[in-house]
Amino acid sequence: MNLGVGSVVKTMSGASCSVSWKSGGSDKVSDQFPAGLRVLVVDDDPTCLRILEKMLRNCHYEVTKSNRVELALSMLRENRNGFDIVISDVHMPDMDGFKLLEHVGLEMDLPVIMMSADDSKDVVMKGVTHGACDYLIKPVRIEALKNIWQHVIRKKKHEWKDRDFDQSTSVEDGDQQQKPPEDVDYSSSANEGNWKSSKRRKEEEDETEERDDSSTLKKPRVVWSVELHQQFVQAVNQLGIDKAVPKKILELMNVPGLTRENVASHLQLIIFLQFLYDVLIGGNHVLQKYRLYLRRLSGVSQHQNGLNNSFMGHPEATYGTMTSFNGLELQALAATGQLPAQSLATLQAAALGRSATKSAISMPLVDQRNLFSFENPKLRFSEGQQPLNNSNKQINLLHGIPTTMEPKQLADLHQSSQSFVAMNMQGNARMQQNNALLMHMSQQQQQSSRAQMLNETNNGHVSRPPLSMSQPAAVLSRNSIVDNVRGPIYNPVSQTSSIVDFSLNQTTELQNNSFPLVSSNSGMSTLTSKRLLQEEVNSDIKGSRGFPPGYDIFEELHQQKTQDWGLPNIGSNFGASDHSSIPGTLDVSPSMLVQQGISSMKKNGPNGIAPMGGPQLNLFSGGNLLPVKAEQLPDTTYQNTFFPEQFGQDDLMSALLKQQESVGQVETEFGFDGYSPLDNLPV
Amino acid sequence: MEVGQLQRSFVEYMASLFREGFLDGQFSQLQQLQDDSNPEFVVEVVSLFFEDSERLLNDLTMALDQPNVDFKQVDAHVHQLKGSSSSVGAQRVKNCCVLFRNCCEEQNTEACLRCLQQIKQEYLLVKNKLQTLFELEQQIVAAGGAIPMVQ
Repeated sequence: MNLGVGSVVKTMSGASCSVSWKSGGSDKVSDQFPAGLRVLVVDDDPTCLRILEKMLRNCHYEVTKSNRVELALSMLRENRNGFDIVISDVHMPDMDGFKLLEHVGLEMDLPVIMMSADDSKDVVMKGVTHGACDYLIKPVRIEALKNIWQHVIRKKKHEWKDRDFDQSTSVEDGDQQQKPPEDVDYSSSANEGNWKSSKRRKEEEDETEERDDSSTLKKPRVVWSVELHQQFVQAVNQLGIDKAVPKKILELMNVPGLTRENVASHLQLIIFLQFLYDVLIGGNHVLQKYRLYLRRLSGVSQHQNGLNNSFMGHPEATYGTMTSFNGLELQALAATGQLPAQSLATLQAAALGRSATKSAISMPLVDQRNLFSFENPKLRFSEGQQPLNNSNKQINLLHGIPTTMEPKQLADLHQSSQSFVAMNMQGNARMQQNNALLMHMSQQQQQSSRAQMLNETNNGHVSRPPLSMSQPAAVLSRNSIVDNVRGPIYNPVSQTSSIVDFSLNQTTELQNNSFPLVSSNSGMSTLTSKRLLQEEVNSDIKGSRGFPPGYDIFEELHQQKTQDWGLPNIGSNFGASDHSSIPGTLDVSPSMLVQQGISSMKKNGPNGIAPMGGPQLNLFSGGNLLPVKAEQLPDTTYQNTFFPEQFGQDDLMSALLKQQESVGQVETEFGFDGYSPLDNLPV
Repeated sequence: MEVGQLQRSFVEYMASLFREGFLDGQFSQLQQLQDDSNPEFVVEVVSLFFEDSERLLNDLTMALDQPNVDFKQVDAHVHQLKGSSSSVGAQRVKNCCVLFRNCCEEQNTEACLRCLQQIKQEYLLVKNKLQTLFELEQQIVAAGGAIPMVQ
């Protein structure tokens, strides 16, 4: 057969061929798989092309052949879903085979097999490094072609697991998406996350029943897009708090390729963020409650973690820190003014990973301040005082959060939590950073409401002037923190982004959040704390709960503008600053997330102040941070609950604990195992 | 000749081609690929090979005839010839290509020309052999016999 110049020939399996291909392995796609696998083979050598075609047809694949790369590419582009795998020669007159490899990997993300008569090691290496999923030496034997379907399955599996991950962004990821990975990557893909997280993920997966047989070092991550999160929320709502275990959530979501681990991580993340938020907003009061709660539960969970230092170093200091943080944050929020809708939208988009570019990432960095400029007007404090139980429960939430997150992600969250909860400056570099951020924030604050905070928390740290931190340092640390956080936030932890996003949006519903702020926060209601606390006693920590609407951290943040949080020193840096700034970490990591939250909150309808039962869990709001219950929302623009009121804080905590149990030992990449630092909080 | 005799000749001839290194296992692969849906597969592929090779050999001749030989180009041609010859199992041709590529690397025009000569010879040889083989097949079929499979 003479193909002529630039011709494309498509041949089907011969009618005489049997339909089903006997494969020893699992036919995941269909009984007849891999029969019918759609292969595009590109080779300028007509002899080879013909032979390959015949071989592939004999394997019962559906073969399309082309002797020109340009043609092949346009075919692929026209029909993105028309092929399952591409086989290409390396040396071709119109285009280098590696270029085709890159294009296919970037544009269509199909597995590409390279082949050549050249078996020199460097060429083979080049193929591998460019992302080829296999490299065949000519002459190609039919045996080699019989198994190419494995690459299709492998790739699909990765894609499903890390759906939309290529949108996730972090600096590294962004880079990697632009160029082929430099390190060896068994599974061809130009959009793999950084090696570390991928490796971590691989380890995680190896631990579970969802073992991935692939030997890839990197895997795309799941990007928790708004839609996906909506599905997640719906599933949780459907299941009910008591039953919202990752496995069931996964089943309900019915998202192909999504794993239980993905869901578990997401759940954990949300709960954690909610807690952080609660604690931030609730401040000292909340923290106290968490401590109490943790104490009570100390017998239940055995997780100890490395945050001991931070927490235990100085209980009061911690307290102070906590409150100071809150105060700072609140003030920062208050002070910064309203975040323009545009920015919010952009931030949200960025946070959600849609604009997976550095600029998108940097945007929030730049506008961090704005993040918390949740306009004072929007900040509202609910006057209700929540029982201590809630905060305790909140703490418990953290406690039970399984640590399935990526190391970086966890580390960053860790940072956040550290800054929130333990501004105990003990030379902890990260803490320093956080403090620096806080300092920075405080500098931005216009009001200083340290009084209460100081009163409550002061323990000697207060003396530190907030402005002691040099501006550049603050900025630097801020930036650095941001960088740190950026990874998890935008990338693997894109989930976090969305979550926080939501929570932020709903932040304004402070009222809904029954943050039991101690004296200082008359307005702070910490739904979480209230709920959690009450239920904590009776709840089955093992996880009978769903998501308590405790993720009002951000809500509280927003609403707490009037809060007079004294800023005791947070560690060494914060001293009684103006605490108008929100703790750096919050700014940084949650900020990213918050950005989204903010914007989404703006979009959401008012979130009524819910009493104990009111939905206040921002994070568990579906879709674009839709308000769970409009009627519960007072007239605020921020939506606060992701889940309907059924999810109380205690539910959240229970869910966390339950999840933690179910997840089993997830090794904690955090310095602290999940949220156990709170465990160590003395009551 | 009667069928049996033709078939025996065929088998023997095939065996000798393998023995003398004109063909290798890849040619057997081609034979195995042939089936009822493509009864002329081997002939078809080998014909493609002939066409392609002759074109490449012409290109090589021209490339080496240049005052300034573009060895990269020469190497590219040889590489392709190597690929197609290996795909059909023309072992000796393929081996010549390997040597040829070494000469290209050394950028030794004289050596390349010698290699080219060698390749042309080998190519003509294997072409002749294969054509003989195909004729034998046709005779067998014409005599009503089946073409025996040779391993």
